[in-house]
Amino acid sequence: MTQPRSMTQIEAIREAIWQEMERDDAVVVVGLGVDDPKAILGSTRGLAERFGPDRVMDTPLSEDGMTGACIGMAMAGLRPVHTHIRVDFLMLAMNQIVNVAAKSMHMSGGQQPVPLVVRAVIGRSWGQGAQHSQALHSMFMHVPGLKVVAPATALDAKGALTYAIRDDNPVIFIEHRMLHGFTSAVPPGEVLRGPGMCRVLRQGGDLTLVGISYMVPECLRAAEWLSTVGIECEVLDPVWLSPLDTDGINASVSRTGRLLVADNAWLACGASAEIVASACEALPASHHPVVGRVGFAPTPCPTSPTLEAAFYADAASIAREAFRLVTGEPPDADSGLDMPPEVREFKGPF
Amino acid sequence: MRERIADIYGRLYLIRRVEETIADIYPTDKVRSPIHLSLGQEAIAAGVCAALRPDDMVFGSYRGHATYLAKGGDLNSMMAELFGKATGCTKGRGGSMHLADRDAGVMATSAIVGSTIANAAGYAFGLRSRGSDAVVVSFFGDGATEEGVFYETLNWAALRRLPMLFVCENNSYAIHTHISRRQATQRLVERVRTFGIEATGIDDGDVLRIATEAEAAACALREGQGPRLLECATYRLREHVGPGEDWALGYRSVREALPWIEKDQVDRLGEMLDLPERSGIQERVDAAIADALAFAEESPFPAAGDLWNDVFA
Repeated sequence: MTQPRSMTQIEAIREAIWQEMERDDAVVVVGLGVDDPKAILGSTRGLAERFGPDRVMDTPLSEDGMTGACIGMAMAGLRPVHTHIRVDFLMLAMNQIVNVAAKSMHMSGGQQPVPLVVRAVIGRSWGQGAQHSQALHSMFMHVPGLKVVAPATALDAKGALTYAIRDDNPVIFIEHRMLHGFTSAVPPGEVLRGPGMCRVLRQGGDLTLVGISYMVPECLRAAEWLSTVGIECEVLDPVWLSPLDTDGINASVSRTGRLLVADNAWLACGASAEIVASACEALPASHHPVVGRVGFAPTPCPTSPTLEAAFYADAASIAREAFRLVTGEPPDADSGLDMPPEVREFKGPF
Repeated sequence: MRERIADIYGRLYLIRRVEETIADIYPTDKVRSPIHLSLGQEAIAAGVCAALRPDDMVFGSYRGHATYLAKGGDLNSMMAELFGKATGCTKGRGGSMHLADRDAGVMATSAIVGSTIANAAGYAFGLRSRGSDAVVVSFFGDGATEEGVFYETLNWAALRRLPMLFVCENNSYAIHTHISRRQATQRLVERVRTFGIEATGIDDGDVLRIATEAEAAACALREGQGPRLLECATYRLREHVGPGEDWALGYRSVREALPWIEKDQVDRLGEMLDLPERSGIQERVDAAIADALAFAEESPFPAAGDLWNDVFA
């Protein structure tokens, strides 16, 4: 069978790892719980049985030490996929990621490439709280030598992860817990999705709407409602955040004259700031776009459902801000966009 | 036996003279890099590396000149690196604190204390999983034993029985702070043994004993007996960073240094050789250093555009 079939993002992630491990015996999967019964939300299920304990390795917690060890493995010719059930844990690994992985290639005069993938999952909903729901992709985008990717669809998750595993550089692969259950058509064979071409998910001439990670489906929902009130959005998913396809985004912005970025993260010094700034830098002053950004409230993430709802950007807040950018006024009608089922129904625990 | 002493003396004398030469020329500002000299600490790198094969790999610290030279790192490209030249071992990107010569088995040195310890463990895992019987040595100072990554790595290396030798170069000082002001107890060997790692302390700086222990360790590692640790006491004769002495700062005394100066291993091993052999080694090393200086001097600086190379592989 070579026809694409519908699968969830978590299945697509597992398929990418499985196929790369079959293709190249240098690929190893490392991380706390990668071979346990829950298998990182199912993404590593069956790998240990198929590829053995030397290629699918449970670890001590030791995020700092194990990240350093993965870098050493990469220097020795392995291609580790280091897996973390939450992005927040990467804060314990920042020294190795920023000071070692990102710099080894350049600092060694090209002697030490580090072909490493760091998988990390953003949590959300059901009281995940301040230390289980952060989205820190912009911290990694800041550092030369790292690549950062945050796919939204199952297809792009498979393609981007396959690409990341084959890349000779450290790649931070950002997943979102709410996207794991989303399905899309995915070919059973090789799929490669590298940096360079953002996805145009919907065409429209009034506003360029860039969604990042879990904000992609929320942007699509917002765009659907906006269309009912006469506003047509061009919805883009950059997929790769570093390197970022600024040309693709700016081409759309130069057509629409308006840019709204919805990030699944805080705004300050974030991916949204980078995208807006690069559009303003690239376009002549006479064509500077009207710009806006939506994202997390600038507070730690709370656990109570009412506070959580106030913390997150969603389709409704995206729609409101888009309407305001295009018309100069807030919408007089409620969009009626409410909490999506994946957020409403999520019961964790991971 | 004589051959072994000549080999170790060659490494010791090379490190000593390279470091003295760097200190001598430092005021000219030709060395465009902070330097953390290994003067006084030569015996550890020389003794351990004498026990290694060319395909064994070492990882070190920012005080890494001795590590690099003892393992056989190219002298010309080290000197060119210190001068910031395009022919440097890392093309003018790493400088003194990031010397590397992969072909000689010098993988990485780091300015972040302790960070290469974990890299060394991962490398050891990678070597073994690729079917090699080569071993990995991680050199670090006593300060690194206060970092979490040291204990995380001890645990994982022991758990996985990695072919890795931990070598602690204990000079008692983290910059200017004595170990007694940093550690509640100074029982590193004892502490490490609780991980199930065989650990040995050598407190007299005897280079031959260091070499003998390292040989035994390398053998055991190649046989898959699990990681080992050597803690070697030593003494840094110059300031933490820079070419000079720092007795005037008052945080340590010459009196503390005297026993180490009296049992200097470079002199000791030199005296164990007959004069012609010793002179032969010295002449060879001195000539190589003169050549390296000329090479560094004559080499071009990197073109500005080279900045953009190797950010990504």
